[in-house]
Amino acid sequence: MARELHGMVEKRGASLWLTHVFMILGVLIIFFPIWLAFVASTVTQPEIVRPPMPLWPGDQLWENYSKALFAGVNVPVSTMLFNSLVMAIGIAVGKIIISLLSAFAIVYFRFPGRNIFFWMIFLTLMLPVEVRIVPTYEVVAGFGMLNSYGGLIFPLIASATATFLFRQFFLTIPDELAEAARVDGAGPMRFFWDVVVPMSRTNVAALFVILFIYGWNQYLWPLLITTDPEMNTIVMGIKQMFPSGDDVADWPVIMATSILAMIPPVIVVVSMQRLFIRGLVDSEK
Amino acid sequence: MEKRVIFRGWWLPALLIAPQVLISAVFFFYPAGQAIWQSLFIPDPFGLSSQYVGLANFEFLLSDPFYRASFGTTAVFSILVTLCSMIPALFLAVIADRLIKGSGVYRTLLIWPYAVAPAIAGVLWLFMFNTRVGVVSWYLGQLGYDWNHVLNGGEAMGLVVVASAWGRISYNFLFFFAALQAVPRSVIEAAAIDGAHFWRRFWTIVLPLLSPTTFFLLVVNIVYSFFETFGVIHTITSGGPQQSTTVLVYKVFSDGFVGQDLGSSSAQSVILLFVVGMLTVIQFKFIEKRVHY
Repeated sequence: MARELHGMVEKRGASLWLTHVFMILGVLIIFFPIWLAFVASTVTQPEIVRPPMPLWPGDQLWENYSKALFAGVNVPVSTMLFNSLVMAIGIAVGKIIISLLSAFAIVYFRFPGRNIFFWMIFLTLMLPVEVRIVPTYEVVAGFGMLNSYGGLIFPLIASATATFLFRQFFLTIPDELAEAARVDGAGPMRFFWDVVVPMSRTNVAALFVILFIYGWNQYLWPLLITTDPEMNTIVMGIKQMFPSGDDVADWPVIMATSILAMIPPVIVVVSMQRLFIRGLVDSEK
Repeated sequence: MEKRVIFRGWWLPALLIAPQVLISAVFFFYPAGQAIWQSLFIPDPFGLSSQYVGLANFEFLLSDPFYRASFGTTAVFSILVTLCSMIPALFLAVIADRLIKGSGVYRTLLIWPYAVAPAIAGVLWLFMFNTRVGVVSWYLGQLGYDWNHVLNGGEAMGLVVVASAWGRISYNFLFFFAALQAVPRSVIEAAAIDGAHFWRRFWTIVLPLLSPTTFFLLVVNIVYSFFETFGVIHTITSGGPQQSTTVLVYKVFSDGFVGQDLGSSSAQSVILLFVVGMLTVIQFKFIEKRVHY
């Protein structure tokens, strides 16, 4: 009986193959843009500008990638990669630290103004950078932080999502643990380091994955505040590699750069898939 | 929900919360306040002084045909992005859900595009449809269709929509797939015993059970297409041709930074602020419903 039912619900035989065929077709369509970029990064410029370009990789991989990494167009791509790495890690680590601290304060203390601060943090949920770009730009310029890592990182660090996530999690930590810590005479910071932080490890890791991608993929903000090519991040710098006017773009180098720009976040997402999905679901709830 | 056990003192929590409050105040509340303040003024052309004009910036904006057109563009754009990213994702999730083995492999492959930045996605799609070297536009030309998104507003819109929806398919797929896996097998099997075929089961049982996820994704995808697609539009069309892809966020940027019209740009920010506020409220309403689910 159970076996027959299985046959009714989960398909077998020809129908199973058809399902696989659909799935593979879907994956191929979704992957096509990435594949084409990879092919373009392994052939020569003349092969691209005389369409149609080949659909199978050529033998120029090393030439194109080393040209991109060490010469680039305005600035070597390796410099942009480094800037992106600093920005992404800075945002992820910075956000995690300040939200762990503030969520701990909100959950484990009663102090005057606690509710006001809580709502203040809550409100920042509603203010994406895109909405307040001009005044934020002026603030950062006023601090002299244009073309600096501080200017890239700080305005994107204070978002309420991480604080909320930790608040929700801290509320699930059994009260007995805090009670025991107090009986043992441990102060709040001791409790924070020895109990709260170790218990939050998985949450921290999941959040790190999400925030790393968020930081790495930023576009508008670096575009505004990094006028010096030496400070460009790779995601915004790629647009600067297109020539203005009628010159033909150096497609193999640009496509090599786009592949380099997606490698770090793809590695993070694919290798930490479980944490990533968990972080995604947690941070959207 | 509150903790029963708490620690005493006020200076330690104040110290702990200080970094977040400080950063929020300096980079969020002050600039947002400035945006509201500046929206009430018109600066002179040299930026030396500005004149208080009340709500004139808003009146001007709401009667400006370009700004109204931008509202329409944004609406069309976000609806199309939401549909183009949710329907294929649901389709892929449904077929992945039918597989007992191998769905993990497909999932690993399908989440790749999520990691690709919108701006990079823009470059990839621009390359495929480039009027001079693009492979897809070349083959379209062979079929007798002359693709030119640089001149044709409709084609430009189509291209930015597809490029924006592409990475979101991964995201929506993950949520739909998780929701499908949570549909109780017993319900499906009971329907199968009653003789309901796959599509009938899908329409009458699975889709209604998916509705909380669908509503949630609808809101999240609209928020995404409003605020996170700037990179796609900037790399592919720069808002053109003839402003046919100038969405609201793009207009704040082009008026504020390219056009240097601070009063108008701030007024636009304030309107956007209002839009975000509404979307957030809607989002929270749905999330409250999700709790019951």
